[in-house]
Amino acid sequence: MKNLMLLLAPALLAQEATVIQNATVYTATKPAFVGSVAFSGGKITAVGDKLIVPPGAKVIDGSGLHVSPGIIDSHSHIAVQGFGVNEGSVSVSSMVQIKDVLDAEDVAIYRALAGGVTTANILHGSANAIGGNNQLIKMRWGKTAGELLMDGGTNSIKFALGENPKRQGNTPAPGGVPRYPATRMGVEDVYRQAFTEARVYQKKVADFKAGKSPLAPRRDLKLEALVEVLEGKRLVHCHAYRSDEMLMMMRVAEEFGFRLATFQHVQEGYKVAKEMVRHGVAGAGFSDWWSYKMEVADGIPYNMAIMTKKGVLAGVNSDDAGLMRRLNTEAAKAIRYGGLTEDQALALVTINPAKHMKVDHLIGSIEPGKSADLVIWNKPPLSTYAVPQKVYIDGTLYFERDKDLSERGRRAAAKKALEDQLKLDAPGQQKKGAPPSRRDQSGEESAQ
Amino acid sequence: MKLLVFAVAALASAQESYLIRNATLHPVTGPEIAGGSLLIENGKISALGAKVQAPKGVKVINAKGLHAWPGMINCATQIGLSEVSSVRETNDTNEIGEFIPQVRAIVAVNPETEHILVTRANGITAALTLPAAIAIGGAPGQSIVRGQAAMLRLDGWTWEDLALSPSAGMLVRFPTIQTVTFGFPAGRTEIPYAEAKRRYEVEMRKIDEFFERSRRYQQAKKAATESFLPDMQFEAMLPLLEGKLPLLIAAQRERGIRDAVDFAEKHKVKLVLFDVRKPGTQLARLAQKKIPVIVGQPTDLPLDEDDAYDAAYSLPGELHKAGVKFAFATYDNQFARNLPFEAGYAVAYGLPMDAAWRALTIDAAEIFGVGAITGSLEPGKSADLFLTDGDPLEVRTQVKMMFIQGRNVSLENRQTRLYQKYLARP
Repeated sequence: MKNLMLLLAPALLAQEATVIQNATVYTATKPAFVGSVAFSGGKITAVGDKLIVPPGAKVIDGSGLHVSPGIIDSHSHIAVQGFGVNEGSVSVSSMVQIKDVLDAEDVAIYRALAGGVTTANILHGSANAIGGNNQLIKMRWGKTAGELLMDGGTNSIKFALGENPKRQGNTPAPGGVPRYPATRMGVEDVYRQAFTEARVYQKKVADFKAGKSPLAPRRDLKLEALVEVLEGKRLVHCHAYRSDEMLMMMRVAEEFGFRLATFQHVQEGYKVAKEMVRHGVAGAGFSDWWSYKMEVADGIPYNMAIMTKKGVLAGVNSDDAGLMRRLNTEAAKAIRYGGLTEDQALALVTINPAKHMKVDHLIGSIEPGKSADLVIWNKPPLSTYAVPQKVYIDGTLYFERDKDLSERGRRAAAKKALEDQLKLDAPGQQKKGAPPSRRDQSGEESAQ
Repeated sequence: MKLLVFAVAALASAQESYLIRNATLHPVTGPEIAGGSLLIENGKISALGAKVQAPKGVKVINAKGLHAWPGMINCATQIGLSEVSSVRETNDTNEIGEFIPQVRAIVAVNPETEHILVTRANGITAALTLPAAIAIGGAPGQSIVRGQAAMLRLDGWTWEDLALSPSAGMLVRFPTIQTVTFGFPAGRTEIPYAEAKRRYEVEMRKIDEFFERSRRYQQAKKAATESFLPDMQFEAMLPLLEGKLPLLIAAQRERGIRDAVDFAEKHKVKLVLFDVRKPGTQLARLAQKKIPVIVGQPTDLPLDEDDAYDAAYSLPGELHKAGVKFAFATYDNQFARNLPFEAGYAVAYGLPMDAAWRALTIDAAEIFGVGAITGSLEPGKSADLFLTDGDPLEVRTQVKMMFIQGRNVSLENRQTRLYQKYLARP
């Protein structure tokens, strides 16, 4: 009886079991095959060329369709744009949290979802050497900000090198005072100063805990986050373009005894791939950006291929709400430029970014036990012609192209009704009470 | 005597003849030819078909498994005028002055720009380069008539070599009623509607007046009275007034498009619209008046929050369906090489493949008056073409070879050199 209960319990908890059959499945860790993916209770339960369909399971015919893991964008600023992504008033802002400014109603979430993205790391900006703390979210469109947060995600912080953090030292806002630093030399100094302070704070806290000091140190949120970095509890994602600054950052981290998780943008990663492998830092950046500023002069689209061939765990990301919607073809550029295999290319936007953010035990590939974050495409996922048809997050269908298309008429009518209402409510005849909130409208737009 | 031999040899190598054999030919203006041959002589396509006689001394290229396509045309870039977009000293765009039709992009094109090499490596053989930013509305004080765009072929030693068409259009920043502007460092600025409308009317009056004065200059010149004095500004407007040069206006929305079309009709000038995103009810009018459109980037985000998520992807398909002649552009240099993928996304969201190819090649060429020279694989046309191992609109496809004016041009650039150098780093 007890055994039976155990067997039944997951089924009772779960949404109904679903099996996608006869589709081409790209697992991101093993070669593609034609077969099935089963999921229930938000998790992938089985993957194989022939699966027995559990009784009562919902069956989706995937004939002619393609299934990939949900795309992961390891560098995004959606859902925070309206609230400011940079606490750039100081060169060290490790006390601030992206989590505090999430906007669950940013339409960029839905658009990213429609491009096959299921998870994104929402990063603090690059205005300062040590930025704020980042937030992993899932594209749960229609849910609240709190419900976007990814469970089990590792905490991380943004660092930034080069032109951006030194900009306010050179060109302050009109009427403003230059903010240190103004050079890459000063950027290094900011890190060494900050981590020296953090070490002192770490010792004070440790001494108090060990009873060596009677007085609890005054809590310092800025240094607390840096102590977490020193102790390996908070990952560092570091915005970097040039190889010299990446080398500097690795040496500073080594001096203070921590390891960087990723270089972001990593435009010249290909020049210091050897040093990156030795330090153990991954590289996550653009596919083919260049020529927009001096520090990207040597940005080459072969970067992902060279880094991969030389042993760096590479990934492609967007840093852009538009580009985010087509990371599948951004990954394919590593085939065009440098000849990666299809499997290697798909990994750049699935399992590799999951590893970058230390969540590869949860997401990033189609394997039993992982979250059922899946995309059903009409064409192979690396094709320019691939259009996501269905996108699942934790086994829940969050995007369906057919439904989006069929609801357009109704949404247009709803919009027109609102506009007509606004005309009736024209100035002078405004009725009491708040106008319809965005939340009401987004209910109309929701794919849920 | 020695000198003469040398000169003859140089001439011969500049006009080397090629026979491309066993390729799948995609002429765009005609049906696909499987296992076809294409002969290049004196820089031009002299023959193509299932069987082409190889003249003596011709260099034969076995293109088995490859596809041949006319070179693609990017209809809005600043190639040659802007090297690093954020470094002012490397930019020769946006000249000062409200009405500067005499300013010509072509004379400031740096033939050594890296953007030419990087862009053409993806199958693009020509690009329109604009003297200033494509601006919607814009702030008072910025130039209104912004100068002449040039159509570049992406190979040549000097800007004269590059000039496929030295003057291909007159760029005009057309006023719009704009209440909200975004700028750095001010951020979002909002002005009342009445003020925005007043500014719009002031600018409209100015631009109307300038076109009327240009027309009077044209008449005065024709009358050739003794008191006639030449004027560089108005002189530059003549090709426009004579219908030889199109007016290039960016207009994203219905109202802007309507205003631009009304303006072109009023002043009897040809018009090409840029960056069209939401034509709305103007779609039928564009088709009926045969006004060509350079579509906004399909991969850009939709303009408005409540637009369909795929609005930009699917617009080219809608333009095609409505019968509007259109072409593609990237509106920048950095991503100029991604032109084929822009078209690819349009195909994914409803544009028929053959229409995409017309837009990428012959329609683009015709819109800027170079359709008789380039834009398709046809006898007599400039041999501007490229070979691939597959569908060029697919990201993974490799460009294998390119010809511009019959020259087998290099597909290498600084980026491929850095690749080789650092791949070999021990």
